[in-house]
Amino acid sequence: MTRDRSEMSEDDDDQQSQSQSPPLDLRSAAIAEPCSSSSSSFSVVDSTPNKSRNCISSGTLTSQPFPDHVLENVLENVLQFLDSRCDRNAASLVCKSWWRVEASTRSEVFIGNCYALSPSRLTQRFKRVSSLVLKGKPRFADFNLMPPDWGANFAPWVSTMAKAYPWLEKVDLKRMFVTDDDLALLAESFPGFKELILVCCEGFGTSGIAIVANKCRKLKVLDLIESEVTDDEVDWISCFPEDVTCLESLAFDCVEAPINFKALEGLVARSPCLKKLRLNRFVSLVELHRLLLGAPQLTSLGTGSFSHDEEPQSEQEPDYAAAFRACKSVVCLSGFRELMPEYLPAIYPVCANLTSLNFSYANISPDMFKPIIHNCHKLQVFWALDSICDEGLQAVAETCKELRELRIFPFDPREDSEGPVSEVGLQAISEGCRKLESILYFCQRMTNAAVIAMSENCPELTVFRLCIMGRHRPDHVTGKPMDEGFGAIVKNCKKLTRLAVSGLLTDQAFRYMGEYGKLVRTLSVAFAGDSDMALRHVLEGCPRLQKLEIRDSPFGDAALRSGMHRYYNMRFVWMSACSLTRGCCKDIARAMPNLVVEVIGSDDDDDNRDYVETLYMYRSLDGPRKDAPKFVAIL
Amino acid sequence: MAYEKVNELNLKDTELCLGLPGRTEEIKQEQEVSCVRSNNKRQFEETLDDEESTPPTKTQIVGWPPVRSYRKNNSVSYVKVSMDGAPYLRKIDLKTYKNYPELLKALENMFKFTVGEYSEREGYKGSGFVPTYEDKDGDWMLVGDVPWDMFSSSCKRLRIMKGSDAPALDSSSL
Repeated sequence: MTRDRSEMSEDDDDQQSQSQSPPLDLRSAAIAEPCSSSSSSFSVVDSTPNKSRNCISSGTLTSQPFPDHVLENVLENVLQFLDSRCDRNAASLVCKSWWRVEASTRSEVFIGNCYALSPSRLTQRFKRVSSLVLKGKPRFADFNLMPPDWGANFAPWVSTMAKAYPWLEKVDLKRMFVTDDDLALLAESFPGFKELILVCCEGFGTSGIAIVANKCRKLKVLDLIESEVTDDEVDWISCFPEDVTCLESLAFDCVEAPINFKALEGLVARSPCLKKLRLNRFVSLVELHRLLLGAPQLTSLGTGSFSHDEEPQSEQEPDYAAAFRACKSVVCLSGFRELMPEYLPAIYPVCANLTSLNFSYANISPDMFKPIIHNCHKLQVFWALDSICDEGLQAVAETCKELRELRIFPFDPREDSEGPVSEVGLQAISEGCRKLESILYFCQRMTNAAVIAMSENCPELTVFRLCIMGRHRPDHVTGKPMDEGFGAIVKNCKKLTRLAVSGLLTDQAFRYMGEYGKLVRTLSVAFAGDSDMALRHVLEGCPRLQKLEIRDSPFGDAALRSGMHRYYNMRFVWMSACSLTRGCCKDIARAMPNLVVEVIGSDDDDDNRDYVETLYMYRSLDGPRKDAPKFVAIL
Repeated sequence: MAYEKVNELNLKDTELCLGLPGRTEEIKQEQEVSCVRSNNKRQFEETLDDEESTPPTKTQIVGWPPVRSYRKNNSVSYVKVSMDGAPYLRKIDLKTYKNYPELLKALENMFKFTVGEYSEREGYKGSGFVPTYEDKDGDWMLVGDVPWDMFSSSCKRLRIMKGSDAPALDSSSL
């Protein structure tokens, strides 16, 4: 079973573009401006994409044996089979003809940074887009490192696409600012609209959702994931049309507003295709029981509140296990907000089938946890709180031999909290779960030995994110920096594409990263390194680096300058609370006209004008954005 | 560390002693806290500064650890509380209490009763109400007989029994 990314996507890196440059990069864009094209194989440059399709007019090509339109028809028939955007990007660079045909046949567009280009550039190049994935704010904005209202507005995109792509079917947004008006325009403009996925978005409320529910009659997917949705006191569930719906996936666990349960029950009853349902905490266990009995075809379930309200003592309790037993197809389970551990055994009937289990909102002790996990032999994706302790992780290691992805979040996310998981749990996982590909692990104590063991035991690792919550914390057994541990990870995990480091780290760790991190695309650094050399190692070493986010590390101007040969080939660089000066950032902005260099300050600091609190820079085809708020200076 | 764990049992905790449950807990916790404080100091500061009489307040760094606010304060775990003769069940979050006295006080407030004197030998005496709980194995135990941490991680639900129902339970059934 492939892991469904829309299920639990928190900073999921796009696995597709492993090695190629992302779409709409400057080279392929250059073809749109033929005068500056350096990669085209012909010299005549006057034909624009909309002009005559006769590519023989570009003089250096030898005359074709077949008429040009036949060639392009053939190409169209072939290129339509290309799905991967890497392949499509490559195809578009072959020659102008291929560029044109690819542009006219690309139906799914991925834009990793909404400010890398303008909406009109998108609609001018690609004429038949039916699906858009669009990402906005940089990830560090999630941790309050950026003032609100920075940007990433969906409005210009939806208004441009409303005119250009009336057949649009799918919109998948991450960290974008979306208003109710945007949702209304979307619902009105795209009659065939099928899938709306909003991850870590904000700016809208239940009234916007109601309009989508009501007007998008072909809606199959409505997934609201970790988004902030204001409670406009609108009964949006009742706004779905009264006929049988096409719904396949409905996720609203992040909506902090009560739900009309009767309407929900009716909706589920008239949605025969519904496979994925994620409830919010306002759906009680009793109500869940009723829903499950009516929807045995579910494959993915997010429970609501897994507890009982204060109720009369004499009430006969429903047989929750029976409801779960009826759900023979459930392979993905999440939710468990407001958990009453005594009800956990109700899920025993589905444990053996589970490939994905998310306990990360459930404060479960090891004693309650172990009996459950010992049934979950097929588990591939597991998210939990550290309340399960090292003991719980040992149980996971004993049972879940198919585990691919593990995320352990802190129940008490403070630097000086107790830390119930440690190197013991990590070591156990590395020994038991050899197929591990992705790990996110919050802890208070770690050792190099355990990290090295993981690097040796888990060769399939592509994502390694270790967060030792105490800043600058060394190996707690040897007292040494964590250099060797992270060094082993980059050295031994040959498929590593994403790395997040923590703990006490010297420049040596970064030397390892530069030397061995050949496939690393995303790197997150916090409170690490000794000098500019650290950053230089990375910028000079990691050839595939796309996304670099650094905070509170002693890297200065010299280091930043050393990467100038890279920045056009990266999606973005974020550096906050480092040692950068405004002067240097200005120099870089001047030297690289297609790079947008944003200096983001806290609202008012006039002193230390030369000190750069936050630098966020990214390549752009259309110059600096026009919607920057006053606390953003674009150099 | 403030205490050693051997086979995951806190040996000090399982020492038998007289006195209300929680008294020793309180003392232990004071010791724990001061040790934790000094541990933190050694980890984060180069020089040992033992002259400080007030605990160092660590300023929380913005956005660190990198956990989305969405995740913070979102995980709650409840246990049901029932009292014989009371019409309504209640629920409480055990994590909000640090020890038995706090819990018992909250229960007393919730159900408007008093719990009486606890002793290891004789259980609760003097009030007619006996707080009991169901543990992870399904056994009904007397509240206070095991160390707090063990209790809070294995308690599935609470039941405050009326004295006449309680004789089956006493500390010797542990």
